[in-house]
Amino acid sequence: MRALCWEGAGELAVRQVPDPELRNAGDMIVRVRRSATCGADLPLLSGRTPFLTAGDVLGHEFLGEVVEVGPDVRGHRPGDRVVVCAAVACGACWYCRQGLYASCDNGSAAADRAEAAWGQPTGGCFGHPAALGGFAGSHAEYARVPYADTGAFRVPEPLSDDRAVFASDAAPSGWMGAELGGVRPGDVVAVWGAGAVGQLTAQAARLRGADRVIVIDRHPERLDMAERHAGAETLHFEHTDVPAELRERSGGRGPDVCVEAVGADAEPGRSLADRFGVGRAERPIAVREAVHACRKGGTVVVLGTFAGFVDTFPLGAVMQKGLTLHGARQHGQRYIPRLLNMMARDQLATEHLATHRLPLEQGPGGYALFRDRADGCVRTVFAP
Amino acid sequence: MVRMGRLAHGGTVLVTAAAGVARALRVPRRRRPATGPDPRPARWQVVTVDRPPEQVLPQGRWPEPLRRLDGAVELYLRPAPGGRGTELAARQLAGRAALPGMAAHLVGDDPGRLIRETLRQAKQYVETGEVLRADRSRLDRPAVPG
Repeated sequence: MRALCWEGAGELAVRQVPDPELRNAGDMIVRVRRSATCGADLPLLSGRTPFLTAGDVLGHEFLGEVVEVGPDVRGHRPGDRVVVCAAVACGACWYCRQGLYASCDNGSAAADRAEAAWGQPTGGCFGHPAALGGFAGSHAEYARVPYADTGAFRVPEPLSDDRAVFASDAAPSGWMGAELGGVRPGDVVAVWGAGAVGQLTAQAARLRGADRVIVIDRHPERLDMAERHAGAETLHFEHTDVPAELRERSGGRGPDVCVEAVGADAEPGRSLADRFGVGRAERPIAVREAVHACRKGGTVVVLGTFAGFVDTFPLGAVMQKGLTLHGARQHGQRYIPRLLNMMARDQLATEHLATHRLPLEQGPGGYALFRDRADGCVRTVFAP
Repeated sequence: MVRMGRLAHGGTVLVTAAAGVARALRVPRRRRPATGPDPRPARWQVVTVDRPPEQVLPQGRWPEPLRRLDGAVELYLRPAPGGRGTELAARQLAGRAALPGMAAHLVGDDPGRLIRETLRQAKQYVETGEVLRADRSRLDRPAVPG
């Protein structure tokens, strides 16, 4: 089959690769109909994340049609149209029973690597290095889905592929951001990043009854979208003093909930982490600003992808203001049925985020558009 | 055969394997000295399995992935606090210089790593019914041109 492969730092190519195969009894094979780019791919693409090897297939946010099921799969059969959660989780361990699917004990085939990096094994993720499972990505004609009964969800008709594909990752991430932040009626919520996850966080905050939702970014077309589709106010961070503006718009208190949906910057600088030999440290600029801006006793949620160390984290502000700090990869299995239902009832719209729809053969160009935010790109979605 | 009644009361059971069948013994409580090196022969490697003890070692039998360490490690298990299942621990048997066969080849002088990995697989086997396998690399499985 054809697949979009990582070939080295900044290099992608569409290659012929082996078809996926059933490796466990709970697996199924899906013919991919939509597969979206995601900001979490950019550190992988740049080669900053260890363990990625040339030839690995990228992509983790996808929707497709079931073509083959393993003997233990009970909930799906060939022909089903399914959206697949980007997080790979067993559904049977203690963490899954708590709804913490991205923390699944059994979702990775290389738990020792995650344990070495983060102290504990975590759940898996498609199209990521071995520390997150060892599963090929979805930018391909076909994908293997482990734990299919837990991670795949039938898409109700007539919900479109272009809307439903975001139930795989961006929508549950955004919904989780609002939930972890404990957003409630009357809250002022600030969201750093007007990409797909930031916009969907803003939509979720609105749906949970927030009084004001303020989205911060520097790309005018993304800010326009946040205003139009999420009903958010927006701040262009290159044109305004963001902390001062947030204070003013929140009665001097600071936002009740601050959600970071940006992730690490593209080019981390040299840092103490280099000296200690633990790899480059990322600069969590938006996290710092969120912590600084948040009201006393408020909540900061980190949704952006950080894999290692960060430099100069304002721990003093966390302590002195009594903040609650949350971070998580999305526990999509917990949210996807509800999100699909909301999408089907037009309560949650996402298709506008797919600004560029391209065939898989244009994968390298599609990623260039997405990486450079060119041509108003929010997400490139491939149709293999 | 493991005496599960003792487990139900929060006790600790030590089991060693004989042809894949376990025997139960009480583990003497060890008191660590206040200072100085850890005198234990090897550190226990522990995982928490989200199942009751009788499902972790049904009829005293070790779960499949652990059987390859038969004769090389000792096990204990006890109920985990907070309704989180069973704590399953293993360590290399005292006086055994190396793990057997292929195991020794794989881990060199770090048997703890293999024991930990095997415990994880045993946990996964008990919780999900199988051990998750990664995709094979394309080096292992060349693509058919097309």
